[in-house]
Formats: sequence, C-alpha cells, structure tokens
Amino acid sequence: MLTIENLHVEVDGKAILKGLSLTVPAGEVHAIMGPNGSGKSTLSYVLAGKEGYVVTAGSIRIGDFDLLEMSVDERAQAGVFLAFQYPVEVPGVNNKVFLRHALNAKRKAAGQPELDAVSFIKLLNEKLALVGMSKELAGRELNSGYSGGEKKKNEILQMAMLDPKLAILDEIDSGLDIDALKAVAAGVNALRSPQRSMLLITHYQRLLDAIAPDHVHVLLDGRIVHAGGPELALELEERGYDWLRAA
Amino acid sequence: MVASPTPNPAKPSASRETIDAIAGQGYDAGFFTDIEADAAPPGLDESIVRFISAKKNEPEWLLAWRLQAFALWQKMDEPRWAHVDYPPVDFQAISYYSAPKALTSKKLEDLDPEERAQYDELMRTYERLGVPVNERGKLAGNEIGVAVDAVFDSVSVITTFKENLTRAGVIFCSLSEAVREHPELVRKHLGSVVPATDNYYAALNAAVFSDGSFVYIPKGVRCPMELSTYFRINAKGTGQFERTLIVAEDQSYVSYLEGCTAPRRDENQLHAAVVELVAHDDAEIKYSTVQNWYPGDAEGKGGIYNFVTKRGLCKGRGSKISWTQVETGSAITWKYPSCILKGDDSIGEFYSVALSNRRQQADTGTKMIHLGRNTRSTIVSKGISAGHGLQTYRGQVRIAKAAEGARNYTACDSLLIGSTCTADTVPYIEVANATASVEHEASTSRISEEQLFYLMQRGLSQEDAVSMIVNGFCKDVFRVLPMEFAVEAQKLLDVSLEGSVG
Repeated sequence: MLTIENLHVEVDGKAILKGLSLTVPAGEVHAIMGPNGSGKSTLSYVLAGKEGYVVTAGSIRIGDFDLLEMSVDERAQAGVFLAFQYPVEVPGVNNKVFLRHALNAKRKAAGQPELDAVSFIKLLNEKLALVGMSKELAGRELNSGYSGGEKKKNEILQMAMLDPKLAILDEIDSGLDIDALKAVAAGVNALRSPQRSMLLITHYQRLLDAIAPDHVHVLLDGRIVHAGGPELALELEERGYDWLRAA
Repeated sequence: MVASPTPNPAKPSASRETIDAIAGQGYDAGFFTDIEADAAPPGLDESIVRFISAKKNEPEWLLAWRLQAFALWQKMDEPRWAHVDYPPVDFQAISYYSAPKALTSKKLEDLDPEERAQYDELMRTYERLGVPVNERGKLAGNEIGVAVDAVFDSVSVITTFKENLTRAGVIFCSLSEAVREHPELVRKHLGSVVPATDNYYAALNAAVFSDGSFVYIPKGVRCPMELSTYFRINAKGTGQFERTLIVAEDQSYVSYLEGCTAPRRDENQLHAAVVELVAHDDAEIKYSTVQNWYPGDAEGKGGIYNFVTKRGLCKGRGSKISWTQVETGSAITWKYPSCILKGDDSIGEFYSVALSNRRQQADTGTKMIHLGRNTRSTIVSKGISAGHGLQTYRGQVRIAKAAEGARNYTACDSLLIGSTCTADTVPYIEVANATASVEHEASTSRISEEQLFYLMQRGLSQEDAVSMIVNGFCKDVFRVLPMEFAVEAQKLLDVSLEGSVG
C-alpha cells in the first residue's frame, strides 16, 4: 500500500506539490488526472526519487518503507516501478542482459539467489507471452530504434519481470495509436494483482476505458482537489477542470 | 537531490555534481614486490648501452646496432606534437636495467634456500596478478592453454608451454634468448618494421631495449594456443624498454595477447616499447593488448608515461594484421598501433577502447598505410573520458598512388562522463588514388542523467548503471577480443571507472 501524506515538493525553488495526500491500497488501480502543469509528472518522479525534486515536507511510505530515506535504486529494489512517458535509449546494451541485471539486483536486495540463465529465459518467455511482445524485440538494444509503441510495451515487459509493489504508469498512453494502446492496456490489465498498487497518470479518459480504475483523483495546482469512482473520469472529459478550480 | 526535512538526509543519486566528482583509487595491481635486483645506476651514456648488451652476452652486430641507434637518439628531439602535457622527462634520472637477482643461470633445483625464496616471491607476483605462470594453469573457462612469457622489469623471468609449442614448430621465447638461439631470424627482422630512425622513442628503445618476446610461426602453422606476454614494471626509478618481434610466415596464424601493470608510486616512470609484426603471404596476426599501467592518482601524481611504437607490416599478399587494444592505464599515453598494407589484398584492423579518467591524458589512434592493391582497413575507436581525463584520437589513413581499389572504414566514437573531461578527434586522410574509398564516421555522446536515472529506477546501482552504459558503448571492440580477455577488459573498465560518478 502506498501512503502519501501532506507532500510538498519544489523544483528549482518553485513549489510544485503543495500538500498532496493519497493512499493507494494494494490490489487497487488509482488514476491521477489533471491539466498540464498540475504536478502529475512531478509526483511520478518524486516517488521514484529523481534528482532535483526536493521534498520540503510530508512523507511517502510503501508498507514499512520510508521512501524518502531511500535512493533511486533502493526504491526500485524495494518494489517501486516507474513506466516512463519517454523511455530512455541505451545504445549497445542488450535488453535481455539489462533485464537480467535488474532482476538480479532486486533479488540480491531481497536476499534471494541470482536467477540462472535457464530460469531467467523461462520467466522471460512467460512474461513476453503475457504482455504480447516478440522474442526478437526483447533481444534488441535497450529502447534503441524501438517505435513508440514498442518502447511502451517494453516498459510493461520490465514491469512484468520486476513484479513491483507499486507501479506508476506515467502517461503510458501518450503517442500510442488505438491498436498499440489496446495491446499495452491488455498487458497492464494482466498485471493487476492483489499485491500491487497501481497509479495511472493520464490526461485522457480513453486510457481509463481500457484500464478501468478503482478510483480517480483530480490533481490541480499541486493538491488532490477531488476524488471519485471511474465515473469521475467521464465527467472530467465532459466538463474539463475549471469547475473544480472554483471549488 | 531529494532532500527531506526530517533529520534523515536523503541518499544522493546521479546529479551533475556527483557526476563531476573525482575518481576513486581502484588500482588493484599497485603493489610492489620486495626482491633483490641487479640494476644499472641511473643515467644514460654509451657505457650503459654497452652494459646492457654485455649483461645479455650479445653478439657484436647487435651491440653495433644499439650504439648506432644511441648516436642517432642523441641528435633527435622529443616529439611535442601530441595533445598531452607533462614536464620534460629527465633521461639521466632513469635506470635502464633492472633484473631480479633470483634469476641465475642455475637450474631451479640447484638454487640455495635464499635464492629459492626470492624466486618464489617473483612467481607469487604473477599469481597475485592472475597471470598463469605455471603450466598446470589453464585459465578458467578456457579449454586451450595460454602460453605466457613473463617480463619483470628488464628481463623475461619465465616462458611456459615452450615444449608444446616447439613440437608445433613455433618459437616463443624472450627476445634475449632468440638473439642467442635464432640469431639469423632476429637479425633479419629486427628493426625492419620500426627502424631506429623512426622516431625519438623508437631510437631510445633500439639503444637500450632490455627484454620482450619473440614469436616465429613457420609456414602453414596455426599456432596451437594463445601466446601472451605479461609486462610488469616493479623496481623504483627504472624504465621499461621492451621490444617484441612477431614473424608469421606464409599461411600461418597466431593470436598474441599482452598485459601490463606497475606498482602505485608518486613519481612517473617511463615505458618506451617497440612492437614489430611481420605477416607474410596469407598469414594472420591478431595482437591484443590490455594495458593497465598505473595511471597516477586523482591529482595526477605518479603514473606511467607510455610512449610506444607498434607497427605491423602486411608484407605478403592476402596477409592480415589486427590490433585490438583496451587502454585503461598510464598517466600519459602516446601510442598509434599501425599497419603498413604492402601486400596486395592485405587487411589491417584497429579496434580500440581507451579510457582517460582522473588526470590521465591519452593521445592514441592508428595509422593505416595502403600501398598494395585492394588493401582494406577498418578502424573502430571508442574513447571514454571521465574525471579530468583528456582523450585525443589521432588517426591517419593514407592511400598511396599504387593502392588501386583500397578501402578504409573508420568509426570513431567518444563518450564523456561528467563535464570536466575532454575528447578530441584528429583524423588525417590522404588519398592519392581515385579508385579508393574512404569512410569516416565520428560521434561524441555523454552519459546522460536520464540514462542513469532510467537504469537505476530498474534497480541497478549507480556504478552498475555506468558500467552497463560504458560496456554497451564498447561492445564493438569487446566482441573482437579473445573471450577470456574480454571478461578481463570489462572488469578492468569497471574498476578504472570506479568513483567516476558520485
């Protein structure tokens, strides 16, 4: 379970998040919607621990872990996964080799033995089938020369392999055509689990048609100003955000 | 950096500041072996040249060759065109000869206890460095044995698997031994590719060269194992001036590896080697180097001056010479392993990974001189700069008038880690034949904070993330290294980069 209390975050001295509180129980999918500049991406980066996002007050906990005490890699090893809006290209690095390193770093942190090559390939093939990705794509250089849709699928593959406690999907729908969106959403849905909290950050209702959230939160000017069920997304689609500003 | 208001300071992740942080001290080979040495006093004059020659009981022709080179050297000026900066070398402060006393002409079983102890200490040096100096040693994971010639300061201390090689007709021994046992071969080829007149350090080497390896592969023989020489500078205040000569007769093949280390010291030490390769018709020589001389400390104190001339002559038709180097050490590197493509259809290759971290400076590259028809060359250079490192790729591709149909492909990439390092690329291309084709590609990139954040978000530590990015960058070179060397090279890069980020 993710618990954020009264979170204040500055970037370059400017307050972006101003007292954000949010709880995402394990097993649930929560959507964060909001206009540009409301702090959605800041929230995803600060959860992952990115440099330059300065927490001036508040707390972030996942189960027993105090995330603010942990570095980026420690958070990842403890089960925080961020699916990037723009996955980064790393030329010359084989995707599978990278996945194996990442998985073993997590296992090592958990005191588990490293996965041998045979078990790793078995697991990989299982997850490839789950997210509908080809073996050929999985063996290429990390995100290098991938199409937009392939990059997003590769993010979902990594999530499937790393089996996080908290998955943050930052505008996973951006730049995807309808078919690619369906494929990515199918992968995400397959990864819903009673052990996992998921946070969907999005602009658009169309993603929430494909991945039905348990709750929808509206982020406006650095705070959650409104929350509701899946029907809230439809209302936002129709009415925009201005009526919430007034409130 | 994520700073929490609570008393718990957040742990740092990758940032510009931490990327700029100075390098660590990870040099594993920096120990010193305390054994007695038989050394020449510091200084260089004709008597030192005669002293070295006498120590080795050399024939008159070789002494004359040395003296001629020495006379030449005295008239030459130190080259200053390279993009490196260091105080003038005091050639009179260096000792030009140092040999462990334990190496006598006695058989191992006839050594007295003290001599035996010294000998054992010497062998332990190599064991500590992971060099298999005994023949039971098969490298882990490698089914073929590797024959080793171990050079300690000025002398070769042991050469393994000689009998196996002799059965195949291969000669692999120290150059000193070759001068005694195979004088006709040495005399024919010594200085034939790198004459003393070539440059300042080649002349110095010709005058005072101590030991190195000699390899001769007869016609039609594929050398049955990898050959390797491990160079160790140990004694204080000495220079190492080894000379290696490899001759591959028609249709023969050899793969040769060299490794180099030195103790961690505050003063600079000079290493001025010469390597000559000769490949006859359809012969192939694959020469791989993992150079890990002591690079100096974070402030640039100490380290080896590595001023080396390496050249291969593709003498015969269809011959091939391939240089692969992984250069992580030395304070200053001045080195351009080159190929003269004389035989028609001959092939030259240069694959290089060069790292400059801390205050290291490297001016390195290659020369491909196309003389024969349909000659081909490939250059793949990967330069990595970190810390306050300075890295210059300097490469020459020359297509002579007669080199009908010659082709060259050059790919020259630089990777910067942090913002206090420098990388330059200086290509020289001369084409005198209109049928030639020359391609040059160059790129410069920087390890980005975004890449580090991405990899670390998947659970990799910062060091593992850097290592992964760097290894990805070097992939095209590691792929052509012999397997066990590729593993070694990756480890070495990791150690050399330790602390280059945060």
